[in-house]
Parts: sequence; C-alpha cells; structure tokens
Amino acid sequence: MKVGVLALQGAFASHAAMLGGAGATPVEVRRADQLAEVDALVMPGGESTTMSMLLDVTELREPLADRLADGMPVFGTCAGMILLAVEVLDGRSDQRSLGVIDLDVRRNGYGRQVDSFETDLEVEGLDGTFHGVFIRAPLVERVGPAVEVLAEVEGRPVLCRQGNVLVSAFHPELAGDARIHRRFLEAAFASGAGTA
Amino acid sequence: MSETNRSTGTQLVKRGLAEMLKGGVIMDVVDAGQARIAEDAGATAVMALERVPSDIRRDGGVARMSDPEMIEAIQEAVTIPVMAKARIGHFAEAQILESLGVDYVDESEVLTPADEAHHIDKWAFTVPFVCGATNLGEALRRISEGACLIRSKGEAGTGNIVEAVRHLRSILGDLRRITQADAAELFDWAKQLRAPLPLVQEVAETGRLPVPMFCAGGIATPADASLVMQLGAEAVFVGSGIFKSDDPAPRARAIVEATTNFADPTLLAKVSRGLGDAMPGLEIGSLETRLADRGW
Repeated sequence: MKVGVLALQGAFASHAAMLGGAGATPVEVRRADQLAEVDALVMPGGESTTMSMLLDVTELREPLADRLADGMPVFGTCAGMILLAVEVLDGRSDQRSLGVIDLDVRRNGYGRQVDSFETDLEVEGLDGTFHGVFIRAPLVERVGPAVEVLAEVEGRPVLCRQGNVLVSAFHPELAGDARIHRRFLEAAFASGAGTA
Repeated sequence: MSETNRSTGTQLVKRGLAEMLKGGVIMDVVDAGQARIAEDAGATAVMALERVPSDIRRDGGVARMSDPEMIEAIQEAVTIPVMAKARIGHFAEAQILESLGVDYVDESEVLTPADEAHHIDKWAFTVPFVCGATNLGEALRRISEGACLIRSKGEAGTGNIVEAVRHLRSILGDLRRITQADAAELFDWAKQLRAPLPLVQEVAETGRLPVPMFCAGGIATPADASLVMQLGAEAVFVGSGIFKSDDPAPRARAIVEATTNFADPTLLAKVSRGLGDAMPGLEIGSLETRLADRGW
C-alpha cells in the first residue's frame, strides 16, 4: 500500500521511516500529482500555519479536500490534527482547516515549549501503555458525537477517530513504537485502500 | 481529573520541537511588526533580537540579550515558536529567557561572548538550546553540553553563503569519513575533535548527529536555501537576509517555498522572480570581525 506523507514541512521523515518499518511504501507528497497516487495519507507535526499557507500556494488544498471527501484514510498528528479539525481556537484569524473530524482544538493549548511533556497513555485496543510525546500540543476543547476517543490525558482526548480519519495530539513517530501507525495501516487496508 | 505523570524538559521533548521545525524557515525579527510579516510568510519560528546581525556588525559595541519587553511583544504577536539569543556562556541571560517562556534559546556567536572558555551547561535547563558549529568537533562539544539542535554557523550578517557552505561541508564530510574509521581510530578522532568518545562512537555508527542540523549565516535568496538544503541542512535560519532586502514579505515567502521545494529547480525559478534587490553582501576577506570564530 502506497502511503503518502505530506512533506510540506515538519516531521515527515520520521513518519516515513515508521511507515516503511510497518510494511507500507511511504511516498513524500508535495504536489497534487503525488497526492493522486497514494492510497492513504499521513499529515505530520510541524507548524500548522506554515503548512496551511503551503497547502494554498502548492494548490494542494482542493485536491486534498476532494480525496478526504472521497474517504481516503488519513492520520494527522499534532499540526496534522489541527488541519483536520472543524474549528481551531487561538490560531491565526485567517487559518482554515479541512474540517473532516468533528473536533474543536486549541493551538498550543498545553502551553509553550517549556510545558511540552512525555507521559504514558492507555490506548483503547493496545496492550500495555503507549509513550506519548506532546510538543506544544493542541488541546481538544469539543468532541462531536460521531468521534471515538481512543486515549485521554487528564480527561482530554488525545487520540481520536471518526470513520477513516485518525488524529493524535502527540507524536507517535518520535516514540520508536509503530503500533499506532500499524493500526492506521490495518484500518486503511480494511477500508479498501490499496486494493484497487 | 487526576494529574498524570508528566515529564517536561526531557531530551526527547527538547529534540522533538527541533523535529517539528524541519523543512522550515526560522526568521530573525526585531519587533512585533516584523514577527507578523514572518508568520504571514510561513516562517516556522521567529528569532527575537534587538538588531539583526548586519546591524550588529555595522554598529559595533557589545551585543547582548534583547529587552524582555520586546520579546514579550513578539510572543504576543505570533502563534509560532519564539526563540531568543543569549551570549555564549551567559547562563543568567538564558535563565531570564527561560523564565519568559521562550521556546528555544540560541547560545549565539552573533552576540558578544560572556565567557571565553565555557559555554552554558544546557543540561540544567528545561528550555531547549540551539548552538552554532563550524565543524564536527564543535557540534559534538555543544551536544555534550546539552544542545538539542545544531546550526552550521556560516558568517552572520554578510548575505554571503560561502561560509555556511564551508561549515556544512566540513560537518557532513567528517560525518561521512568517521563512519569509515575502525574502532581503534575512533580514539584518535575523539582526540582530534576534542569531543567525548561515546558521542564520537555514536556518530561513527549512525553517520549523523544525534540532534537535527539546520543552517544559518548568509542565506539571502531562495537559491541559497535550496543549496544548503541539498547539501544536507534540515531547515534554515535567515537573519538579515529578509528584513535587509528591498521587499521583505515576498522574499520571506519565496524562501519558505524554496525550502519546501528545494529539489525542484522549475519551482525555484518561479519563486525567485521579481523579488527586488537582495541584501547587500559582504566579502568575507573584508570583515573586521569573524563571528564564526567565537565559540570554543
């Protein structure tokens, strides 16, 4: 299965390494023709304002919105989560998100870098804990009824799913543990991605 | 809700922010207005400082940490990470910057050094540090002191890319060479590099620094950004190159696009058009002060 990693900016190389290790073929996506060839997409952490601007100038925003509307499986981490949410609080006034998972998120809701943290998470469906690395992470302020919460920190969702959309406030690509990536790939494959 | 067991200021968390800045452009800004222009143009972070390096070079005198009021105004103005510079060895400036909640401290040769023998003990801080390096030994010494991000120094405030290229090639060339050394030779490498043996052994094994490496010092055009990214830098710092050019906003955006699409010459040609004059450059041979020589 060809899995794209949005490579406009951020931790895309770490995600590609994780996906490769989990048996997928990672493909860096910077242009619409590259997006058209992938079966699923990972949107990495980085700066959401930078990525949002680059989605516009590279003319990727519309084709991406179309693929998402068609049900392409997507996994967004941190900035990727912000870009996929319905509403972004404390963002820039002109910041636009793709609105494919019914969440409102607050940018840098856990504070500045000195407040960035690591903690062990209980993740629904995974044995043992998963090490969560939170870097200037977004805070979930509202969860829509169709959204499944798969992990929480102090009562706030940090890993959520709605249909083919998976998002995390933390960085599974930095923890050296591919279980969440593997789960994303299995669900993507089960949904029919990569079988055509 | 019960408090979870959170660990802050760990190496993973500190290096993690550097991971998030990869493929992006960090821009020097001297006030809130410039910070907004930088964010609008797609900067991944801003570096708050009182004078850009070319002005420090022109004005002379002692260059110090910026006024906290100015740093706070920049923090208020933007949502992206804000970095600030402390003088080499000036741990009190770094403590003040940490208390302001800056996202990264740059222990920088662009400011006048406060200690001619010692750099800051960066392990003692929760805030992560970036440090400059001209060669592999310097990079490893900074990492052994706790730096979580290395930037090749180049020669700040010149708009001349030649020193950045020299430093990148030196670090990356030595990383390639050291992977060929046998176990016995690594003791001599450690001695020559004046770096701790375990770190030398680690990079000989992996062929890369244990922290990300960005490039600084002399980037003035989209082509400069492409050049250093193709050489192996993972992101770029642009100092005087933006706000000392004719028309900062379009140039800033062009350098952001060039850093993302660094391997696409057709796109680079498109974004390089009609940007007006770049900052006036300086010949390295004509400089009175070589900032890159500061640091030990």
